[in-house]
Amino acid sequence: MKKRLGGFIWIGLGASLLLALFLSPFASSSPDGLEKVAETKGFSEKGEEWTSWKYAPFSDYSIPWIKNEKVSTAFSGLIGTLAIFFIAIGIGKVTKRSTTQKILFLMILSCFLSLRGFA
Amino acid sequence: MHIPDGFLSHGINAATFAISAGACAYGVKRVNQNFGEKEIPLMGVTAAFIFAAQMINFPIAGGTSGHFLGAVFSSVLLGPWASLLIMTIVLIVQCLGFADGGLTALGSNIFNMGVIGSLGGYGIFSFIYALSQKSRRGFFVALAVSSWLSIVMGASAAAIELALSGTSPLIITLPAMAGTHALIGIGEAIITTTAVSLILRTRPDLVTSYSPSTPSFPRNGRRVGEEVGGGL
Repeated sequence: MKKRLGGFIWIGLGASLLLALFLSPFASSSPDGLEKVAETKGFSEKGEEWTSWKYAPFSDYSIPWIKNEKVSTAFSGLIGTLAIFFIAIGIGKVTKRSTTQKILFLMILSCFLSLRGFA
Repeated sequence: MHIPDGFLSHGINAATFAISAGACAYGVKRVNQNFGEKEIPLMGVTAAFIFAAQMINFPIAGGTSGHFLGAVFSSVLLGPWASLLIMTIVLIVQCLGFADGGLTALGSNIFNMGVIGSLGGYGIFSFIYALSQKSRRGFFVALAVSSWLSIVMGASAAAIELALSGTSPLIITLPAMAGTHALIGIGEAIITTTAVSLILRTRPDLVTSYSPSTPSFPRNGRRVGEEVGGGL
């Protein structure tokens, strides 16, 4: 008996997108475990001094041009979930390729990333 | 428990980065050997689910929140090495795309949640599952205990890294981190057992770690990858 994966993949992706779209806006905004410990034990300011990566497009799970906080969170979650799906599949497919193709892929990827950095 | 920039010393970050990078390199090799082209979409959908579920912070006691991690969940479905790669992909996207977790602390975050969460969590899972002589009940006990422990161990590792970096002494941070995450871990155990039992009921062939001594459904002895028909 052959069992198809296709259905499961799309149901799983659909469920994940629904989670991101409809549940993430109602997530608790209290500090998480580490943030709370940092606050109560007095070292949270150490984490606010500097950031090494300032180009995150959806900083703090929001889309800058969407003012409504809940909508902003929902759509950033939607984009992130879709992006992760395709990135993970992409990486999985690349690991199956030959070394030459991997190097080519890395070169194209770094070109793309550096272009975005300058833009 | 995503550690931001500035909490850890560069030495600790470099050391955990080296360990994480080594583990991931070996993980790519293992996944390459064990996975067929058809199983790649499964990694994609598991990673997507974990990312979405990690956004949903649930409140725990004392004005604190926690969220699902998914390390044991994914390692029970796809094996510990695929799980490590999934956690790494999720953490990199969260760091670069959503400013969740510092770029300099990326190695430490992958270490705490991937190396300890996925590999360590799976080790504990298989140990308890083997002790139970692979009963169905033992499977779920192992799942609950290992997913709870994956959170507590990851948080304890973070506390040790904070102490080694001179940020906060171990005697203060370790009990606080382990205590808080003992509560968050309960949520992790509930979500993990619920999600896995749902998948077990509908597609038992996808839960690669579940191998009951008395099979309740016909197994033809082939690996998951060989009975996969569709895909993307």
